[in-house]
Amino acid sequence: MHNSAIITIQNLVKDYPIGGGSFRALSDISLQIGQGEFIGLVGPSGSGKTTLLNIIGALDNPTAGHTEVLGHTIENLSHRQAARLRNSYLGFIFQTYNLLPVYNVYENVEFPLLLLKKSQNERRELTLRALEWVGLTDKIKSRPAQLSGGECQRVAIARAMVKQPQVVLADEPTANLDAANSHHILQTMAKLNTELKTTFIFATHDDKVIGYLRRKVSLADGHVIKDENIVQS
Amino acid sequence: MLALKLAFRNLMGARLRTWLNVFVLSLAFVLVIWFKGVLNGWDRQARRETINWQIGGGQYWQENYDPYDPFTIEDSHALLTDSIQKEIGQGHLTPMLISQATIYPQGRIQNVKLQGVDPNQKILALPSEYLNTTDGGIPAMIGERTARNSKLSIGDFVTIRWRDANGTFDADEIRIVHIFKTDVGTMDMGVVWIPLKKHQEMMRLSNSATILTTAQEAGFRGPFTGWDFKDHAYLLKEIEAMIETKSIGGIVMFLFLMSLAMLAIFDTQVLSIFRRQKEIGTQIALGMTRPQVVTLFTIEGAMHSVFAAILAAIYGAPLLALQAKVGWKMPAGTDDFGLTISETIYPAYSVGLVLGTTLLVMITTTIVSYLPARRIAKMNPTDAIRGKIQ
Repeated sequence: MHNSAIITIQNLVKDYPIGGGSFRALSDISLQIGQGEFIGLVGPSGSGKTTLLNIIGALDNPTAGHTEVLGHTIENLSHRQAARLRNSYLGFIFQTYNLLPVYNVYENVEFPLLLLKKSQNERRELTLRALEWVGLTDKIKSRPAQLSGGECQRVAIARAMVKQPQVVLADEPTANLDAANSHHILQTMAKLNTELKTTFIFATHDDKVIGYLRRKVSLADGHVIKDENIVQS
Repeated sequence: MLALKLAFRNLMGARLRTWLNVFVLSLAFVLVIWFKGVLNGWDRQARRETINWQIGGGQYWQENYDPYDPFTIEDSHALLTDSIQKEIGQGHLTPMLISQATIYPQGRIQNVKLQGVDPNQKILALPSEYLNTTDGGIPAMIGERTARNSKLSIGDFVTIRWRDANGTFDADEIRIVHIFKTDVGTMDMGVVWIPLKKHQEMMRLSNSATILTTAQEAGFRGPFTGWDFKDHAYLLKEIEAMIETKSIGGIVMFLFLMSLAMLAIFDTQVLSIFRRQKEIGTQIALGMTRPQVVTLFTIEGAMHSVFAAILAAIYGAPLLALQAKVGWKMPAGTDDFGLTISETIYPAYSVGLVLGTTLLVMITTTIVSYLPARRIAKMNPTDAIRGKIQ
């Protein structure tokens, strides 16, 4: 239990309709996540980690149970309120980077700030700072197609961090990267977590990621089977 | 404002794909405006030529005259009273006498409409001054179409036979003194023009006429007993009907061109929504609402038409202006269609035409862009993020 919990999940259930019946992706999940954690939802494919991440990210609704993220009850949010929550407080990092292909690096990172209606000067300052964090200031004019996988994921991290969200949700961020690039981006995220106190929640089954986690929540068949704190050496 | 900024950025980012669509749409702009301009130009020329050559400021018809009933021609004449003579003397009216006759060019029989016109009249563009000659035979003038059909040339003599007001048949020889060219087919096809006095003499209808044409600036000169005034609205009725028919053809053409352009936009939008599912999911994950994404895609589509209008103005305006100056030469033989059609049509573009077409294309493009964009609202963002086809 965490006294300063920013995410509280109680008895969460998620069913997906399949044919005439339904498939239970998450079953009776209860969890609390505090400010500044570096936590991983770990488990094999189909264990429900991405589904849980999507519900925390207000991209999906639970079937039953209660999920509260930064004081917002997910199951009660309208589309507009969910969008506002994501826009203001959450950052996303995807396995396949999901960069906007027609934008260059600068424009991709700037995008969330446009939605937040920041001024041009503010956008420029924040975007360049985020690109500095990930070491890509020399690539601001490049398009995603001109970047390596590692560079793309660094752009995605910069895009997630540019508005300094309270929580970053990363779904298999290293799945498409080699070992060197994986360690590079994980070090970057660990550094940002330490410096900015941003909460990072990973959905992963990659040992490289697990090696950086300070808390590991193991999932199997939609159940939490283990929740452990890891002391980093 | 945000949607505009993002839409602009997306279109600029899509580079060639954007410019291909913009080019296709701009072609639709230019072609629609050009096509409507040609019809407008044709309409204007047809009206102007008919007024200049045939109807002036309106016509008085002898009360029995019906151009669609040849049997009325025999009785369609009346005396030119003093008041009419006064108007003629002041140049406000010019009389014409109409009768039926037969000519025998190269031994063939050909029915014609014999029209007597004052050789000194200045009201119509008809070059009647050529009839001011007394060199052998009855001086006669025909149009190019009649000359072609009857194989007559300037200087040719041809036998003419007619029946006078008393019912007596008579014959003489006319001499072709001039062959004129006109776009108004009814002044040409099957018509032989001779001096009015000679015609009156041949018909034994001294000081009589069938039609009184008013000068363009004169118009209605007051009522004359036994004569009915026909204004432009009445006399241009056939041209109006022809224009209406052409307009329907024009609408079909317009719809065809628009459909092609809209198909390109619709296709791009549908393709975008399938191809860019991941992008849509990402935008939603980053905090855009679904209506915002729908608006963004709709504006992207609509913005194509704005760029297309600009591109069309850049290359289309000089092209259309040049076309309006040099005109569009009609193929040989079109003057035999029976329509008032010039050798060269000069397209006429109005501000209303350009603005109306631009507005219409923009509104249609926006609607066509919105229709597929609505699908976005039904997307599941978690599937969209993964790029899963929905």
